[in-house]
This record gives sequence, C-alpha cells and structure tokens, in this order.
Amino acid sequence: MAIKRPHNLWVPVVTLLIAFMLSALPMLEWVQWGWPKWVLVVFLYWVIALPHRFGLGWAFILGLLLDLLQGNYLGVNALAMVVVTFFAMLMYRRLRMYRVWQQAFMVFLLVAVNQCISYWVQGIGSNASIGLWFLLPAPISGLLWLWLVVVLRGIRRAFKVA
Amino acid sequence: MFKGQSTVKTFFTYGLICLSLIIADYQFGQMQRIRAWLSLAVTPVQWLVDMPQHSWTWLDERLQIRDELIAENKQLRAQTLLAERKVQKLEALTVENFRLRDLLNSSEQLDEKVTVSELIGVNSDPFTHQVIINTGFNGGAFVGQPVLDATGVMGQITSTSAFTSRVLLITDADHAIPVQVNRNGLRSVAYGLGQSDYIELQDLSDTADIEVGDMLVSSGLGLRFPKGYPVAKVIEVRHLAGQDFAKVLARPTAQLVRSRHLLLVGTSQQQSLVKEGVVDGD
Repeated sequence: MAIKRPHNLWVPVVTLLIAFMLSALPMLEWVQWGWPKWVLVVFLYWVIALPHRFGLGWAFILGLLLDLLQGNYLGVNALAMVVVTFFAMLMYRRLRMYRVWQQAFMVFLLVAVNQCISYWVQGIGSNASIGLWFLLPAPISGLLWLWLVVVLRGIRRAFKVA
Repeated sequence: MFKGQSTVKTFFTYGLICLSLIIADYQFGQMQRIRAWLSLAVTPVQWLVDMPQHSWTWLDERLQIRDELIAENKQLRAQTLLAERKVQKLEALTVENFRLRDLLNSSEQLDEKVTVSELIGVNSDPFTHQVIINTGFNGGAFVGQPVLDATGVMGQITSTSAFTSRVLLITDADHAIPVQVNRNGLRSVAYGLGQSDYIELQDLSDTADIEVGDMLVSSGLGLRFPKGYPVAKVIEVRHLAGQDFAKVLARPTAQLVRSRHLLLVGTSQQQSLVKEGVVDGD
C-alpha cells in the first residue's frame, strides 16, 4: 500500500510565478530581443520531471496567462505552449537520459518551435517586419537550461515535490 | 505510464480550442469584455514586477537630504510661477479664441477632461510597443482614449481591465496618428515603424513643403486624438529620385521610454462616439 505523502505542488507553482515575473520585467530594448522564455523553460523542466502532474491543461492555462500579460491575441502563446509541451511529453523519457548539454540543445529546438508558432500567428494581423531576430531567445533559453536545471532539481529535491 | 492515444486526443482538443480563441479574438469585438475580466488574473503579477521600482521611489523620497528638498522646492516654486503666468495669458487667449470662434460660428470644444495615471509596466515583447498603466475602466479609462505625457502625445489605450489599461505607443508598427505641420498646416499621417525613436510620414508628395525641424502636431482628424498636441519633430526629409513620395522621418517629442506619469485625455463626448461605434473602437 502506498504511503500518503504531500505532493508539495505549491513549489512548482511558485517557481512558475517567479518565471512570470521575470518575463514581465521591464528591460532595455536590446536585452528584450534575447530575453529567455522563462515561463516555457521552467514549465518544460516540470513536465520532464513530473509528467504525471504537468501536462497539456497546465500548458494551456499558462499560455493564456502569458497572452493576457503580453496583450497578444488570446490563444497565441497557449497554442505554442500546448504544441511544445506535447513534443516534450512524447520524449520526456529520452530527455531524462540525455546529458545536460543534449537537453539544452533540445530545449533550444523546443523554444525555437514556440517562437515560430507565436510569431507566425501574431504576424497575420500585424504589419511589423520581423526578420529572424525572434529566434534569438531560443539559444539563450538553451544556455539558461544548463543553470536552471541545477537550481530546479535542487528545489525539487529539497521540497520533495512528487 | 504514457497514455499515447488519450494524450494525442487532448492535444488536438486544446489545439482546436486555441485556434478558435485566436480567431474569435481577431474577429469579434465582444472578446474585449472577456479579456478585460481575465486580465484581472495577471494584474497582481504586473504590480509585483513594478514593486521594486515603486518602493525605490518611495524610499528615495523619504531619504532625501533636507537641503536637496529645499532646493527642489524652490525650483518647483519658480517653475509654478512661470507656468501660472503662462496660464493667465492662456485664459485670456482662450476667451478670445471662444469669441472668435463664435464669430465664425464654429462649435469646437476646447476643454478636455484629464486624468493623471502612472506607468506600471512595459510589454516585454520587443515586437510590440505597449505600456501598462494603473488606471482601468474603474478609473474612467476607455478603449481609444488618447494618452499624453508632459511633452507630447504618447499613444492610445487599446484595452482596459478593472484596474489597469494597455497603451499602444505611437511608435508601434500597427499605430498611425493624423498630424499636421505646425508651421503651415500641411496634413499627413504619422506611422509607427516598430522602432522606439522615430515615426514616418509616408504620404507626402516629393514637392510638399516640409523641412527638418518642423513640429508635427495632432490634427484632430479621425476624431481620436485631440487637436494641437505636439507629436514629433521632423529629423530627416529624403527626396528619392524617381519616387513620387518623399521619405520623412520624425522623432516623437514625448518621452516614450522614460515617462512614468501620463495624462489620459478625453471628453465624454468622444467616449460616447466610441460607444456608439461612430469611431472604430479597435
């Protein structure tokens, strides 16, 4: 019989809240271009670590909140988050086996997919010329992963999140 | 265990929900109201992000040295005096203007209602130039309301929630504002380019009378922005051989990236126009 023990789900929620705040920080314009996708990267960690807790429903809600925060059309970030989370859920076991560098590369690819979807959808109703700069957060989010994975793993073990 | 089938199904369900949300938001004005209430969920995050700066200003105000305060006080007094002198003159001019307008049988309104608001956030998306202010529809803000700072036109409100509003700046690539050259009344439209330090006039013919240094003021056409507020100063006029239109770049006079205190201008008459749909609410 399984012993009942607390899941401590408030811990991931707090980390996601902090990610939201980091993504809403006012920045210099040139920093903004490369500012990593905090919410997505932190959420990807929790999806890979606890796929039975964090899935598409969470991705949808978080994406909607991001849309509200950034004033996009409702559903743009939600769609991107849902797609990326789906990919992550398909390969979370493989991702766990990877070295951190390989994981970082996969995060780079996933964030790139996220950026492509959100800017492609947003570009339909806008006349901003985009170029390829919108992909810049992808490699930076990949680099961020190297550090974030250590921090979040530490947090997960310290609080025994299950 | 990975539940393959059901995950794929939920994936498609959420995907469809997202797509229909996007289409609904793009097509229907009704989503504004839903969004206004949903935005309440992220308002605490916006406040939290603003808190360090807010508390820093608060602390700074309390820890200032007395001498500095006295000096600042003196300076402000002097400024007030100067401003008051100008206002006195302005009152006389306003009355005179009214009288002259009476003579011309023109019924233009001069007084506008002004609300002071404070900036609490900047959109972190580099492709959109938007800021968030701490006045929502509870404070009288409405979609389409013009926003100014002390030095010029900043933009207009594009969405409101109960306690915050989102302001689209005039430099955003989706923004355009009707302007006229202060010197000779030449009318044009100033488009944002998505660059934070200039806007462009695209529809002036090559022979139009416009020079570097000309002040552009809002023309009041389009019934959105009040007439006569400074918008931008022309910094470059390029005549391209073989082109019918000159390329004119102008720098906004408002401190778009620095102002923290903003003015919301708007007559109730204009608000009713927006409500009735005479002026497009988008």
